Amino acid sequence: MTKVLIIIPAYNEEASIGNLLKEIRSTGLPFHYTCLVVNDASDDETAREAVNAGGRVLNLPVNIGIGGAVQAGFLYALENDFDYVIQLDGDGQHPPAEIPKLYNRIRNSGSDLVIGSRFLAPGGFKSSLMRRKGISLLSFLLRLLSGTVIKDITSGFRIFNARAFSILAEEYSDEYPEPESIIILSLSGLNVSEVEVKMRDRQGGVSSISASGSVYYMLKVSLAMFFTFISLKSK
Amino acid sequence: MEVLSTEFRIQLVAIITSFVLMFLVVRLILRGKLREEYSIIWISGTALMLLFSIWRNGIDVLGSFFGVYSAPNLFFFAAVLLILIYLLHISVVLSKLQKQNKSLSQEIALLKDKYEDKAEK
Repeated sequence: MTKVLIIIPAYNEEASIGNLLKEIRSTGLPFHYTCLVVNDASDDETAREAVNAGGRVLNLPVNIGIGGAVQAGFLYALENDFDYVIQLDGDGQHPPAEIPKLYNRIRNSGSDLVIGSRFLAPGGFKSSLMRRKGISLLSFLLRLLSGTVIKDITSGFRIFNARAFSILAEEYSDEYPEPESIIILSLSGLNVSEVEVKMRDRQGGVSSISASGSVYYMLKVSLAMFFTFISLKSK
Repeated sequence: MEVLSTEFRIQLVAIITSFVLMFLVVRLILRGKLREEYSIIWISGTALMLLFSIWRNGIDVLGSFFGVYSAPNLFFFAAVLLILIYLLHISVVLSKLQKQNKSLSQEIALLKDKYEDKAEK
């Protein structure tokens, strides 16, 4: 039987985490799955809300950033022999109804990582113009360095097979890990593709990236992609 | 009221400052709050300060040896360079600590989960 782990990294998401877990259950996903909320040392009642809604909770003792939280989920998947890992944000931006699209794609294509993309089809929430420009710049950088074409490079709505998440269980960035992980996988010879999904605006809480943080985000991610490229190429 | 000459007064201040700093470093080491690895750097740093506050001509001697136009510039250059190298070293140490911290947290979370799982059964 195929085992799927749904990793939901959550930091102070008490307002949305319960509803999200209920929504996943009522979606009636066509496979056997476990929901794992990785609570990144929240100050609020995220853990209790998640447990009450029937989720399994991994409580990190100190705050280590979203990347570290997702990586803890990969380690959990590795230890418990899961076949696929789905990564889903705790703020409700990623509609569970779109999960089957990701699942079907990874089962029926040769891809090791399938990314849920906002930009392949019209409709849904697409973020601000500035952010979209930034994302297309990073996407261009990815194409330049690895030849892989991914439009929604920062999307945190993704599905990995065991080959992909066992690589990332060892090497995963603490903050803004998404673009970096794509380049790690594609330069390791894995296949990465994307499938169109609709996203929503966040259901509660605040974004981890502020306006002034965007410049830092771009710098950090571009540098990280570049250094990952150099270190993987020189191996 | 001119008991001490101006030059001597500033020298006295420098010597006292060096001693106070050295005393603080030694006290931190004795209390186990500073790793020996770092104490070497701090002790030699304060010792150098003390040396140059006692040996007033030292900086001029070194300056003319390296052929520097103004001796204090040599001092500032060396100090800034050393501080930068040390800061870089501290960044490396911090990065390593952060990585270890992350692994430890993940390990603890996974173990806690396993433990609670067993307790429930």
